[in-house]
Amino acid sequence: MKIEGKRQIWKEYQKEIAGDHFFYVRSCVRQNFFPGSEKTFLRILQDELSRDIFENPSHTTCSGIGYHSDVVPFETSMTMVARQFALMSEAGYKNLTTSCITSFGLYTEILDTWHHFPEVEARVRKHLKNATGREFEIPENLSHASDIIYKFRNDISKKGKFRLINHETGKPLRGVEHIGCHYSRMFPSKGIGGAEYPYVLAGMIEEWGGEVIDYPERRHCCGFGFRQYLVQANRGYSISCSKKKFDSMRPYKPDFILTNCPGCPMFLDRWQYAISEMEGTTYGENGSGIPVLTYEELAGIILGYDPWDLGLQVHQVPVEPLLDKIGLPYDPSMKFLGKDGKFLGKPSSPTFLKFF
Amino acid sequence: MGHLYDKLTEDVRFSEGLKACLNCGTCTAICPAAEFYNYQPRLIVDIVQARDEEKIEALLKSETIWYCGECMSCITRCPRGNAPGLLITALRSLSQELGYFVESEKGRQQLAIKRTVGEWILKYGYCLYPVNILPEMHPEQGPIWEWEHANIEAVMERLGANYQQDGPGILRKIPQEALDEIRKIFDETGGTSRYEKIEEFSRQKASEMGINFDETISCDYFRQIYTENKKDHTQSK
Repeated sequence: MKIEGKRQIWKEYQKEIAGDHFFYVRSCVRQNFFPGSEKTFLRILQDELSRDIFENPSHTTCSGIGYHSDVVPFETSMTMVARQFALMSEAGYKNLTTSCITSFGLYTEILDTWHHFPEVEARVRKHLKNATGREFEIPENLSHASDIIYKFRNDISKKGKFRLINHETGKPLRGVEHIGCHYSRMFPSKGIGGAEYPYVLAGMIEEWGGEVIDYPERRHCCGFGFRQYLVQANRGYSISCSKKKFDSMRPYKPDFILTNCPGCPMFLDRWQYAISEMEGTTYGENGSGIPVLTYEELAGIILGYDPWDLGLQVHQVPVEPLLDKIGLPYDPSMKFLGKDGKFLGKPSSPTFLKFF
Repeated sequence: MGHLYDKLTEDVRFSEGLKACLNCGTCTAICPAAEFYNYQPRLIVDIVQARDEEKIEALLKSETIWYCGECMSCITRCPRGNAPGLLITALRSLSQELGYFVESEKGRQQLAIKRTVGEWILKYGYCLYPVNILPEMHPEQGPIWEWEHANIEAVMERLGANYQQDGPGILRKIPQEALDEIRKIFDETGGTSRYEKIEEFSRQKASEMGINFDETISCDYFRQIYTENKKDHTQSK
């Protein structure tokens, strides 16, 4: 195949990502479980890249978890999202970026629905006007926060103080990446690389010096499944999906797992703990787990940020083995301190999973 | 056409999700739920496509429609552009509107989701809220969440959150006017009505089953639907 032909094919798997002036909507899961990641996203955009990103404190959940666990009707979720669009329009922004894949998937589904069924969009506009008096414009550009980090991966690399290289051996560190189902499974053209060749995370790993591991269950769901996790009786589904992935990736000895979706890092982190308690199985080296990172956490590591500013202390699977390989310095005595330096106590150690 | 099929076609997701299924089974092959549960999305599409009212009613009352995790992997792979995952969302909506969801063990769990995530949306403006993610309901969250939960204000402050405070930021206090707006959106668009139906049909079912039912998440009915699998959902019949 001629190179031009390859470029033509790859073009179909690209998406337009705005470069500045973003209206930011937050993630319910990340604010609860990985607050440091959202903090780091804004720090990178504002402090490192001098980009304009705006948040209206009145924005709320998009209701996506309620929608995909089927308690919130589609009509309601569409109008909740329309309200977010109204806040964006009122603030004078045209580029919307979501911190959440569930939101990103829902926004994409809604925009596609309105494209095919203009009468539904008209109905939602009426609902929003009746309920809130607000009106909205549709965003000119919709991106997920990882799209933006991907877009600026070269700038982050240039500013970076560390690489995904084992500082003792000089060899690239090897990561598995987990895209998250709602990023591009429903609407492949909305994700970098589409559903077949998602490149949003692989592009970061490669740019920052690491190697991406291909393994059999690379594209399997983490197992969130919404109601399959939210209800305790269903969590066998959730942990089974994650275990299938861990068993599949273990022979390749990954140094880390990089994730895209808010839920996935939580499940891939916590289910390693749960499996260790249930079976005594650990997936990393010498009783450790495989560290699981969000893309902002990894970007922050490359930029040399303090791991405890990134929020790595709220991971159940310790990230220290990866930091040691990279050579990023950290102070273990600072790990469990509050902002005022007060020691908050140390979490109890798991039975089998090595803890620091 | 039949009544239930007509009802399904009123849902835009149904029109989007069903074109013409050739029953190849690709959706079942890719489906994480089919790997875990006694479940085949191919059969769901086959039943609704056949427009057999009796079978559709049985489906709406079945365990089957509640097994899907809505990962939507089936959409990517279907060679005919169908979306079994979207059909599931339409079936689940109709099952709740008609009160059929309480006829299955997995369907009855909708009350647990409504009383947690569903209520938190209206009360806090978030689908999840840390003080309500109780370690005893989430043992899989491990000692790290126990620690974080016990020190939530200090941990959130350390990580730069604006927890329960005015202004922008992580876990900020959503202004009352914004909460009022989303409640009006729920009233206007059927969200409130959906919640009321889940409550009322569940109350009736609890009475029929002779199980204690009140508005809390500690009543016997809630505990049962939240924790128990009395049926074997994973073995083929």
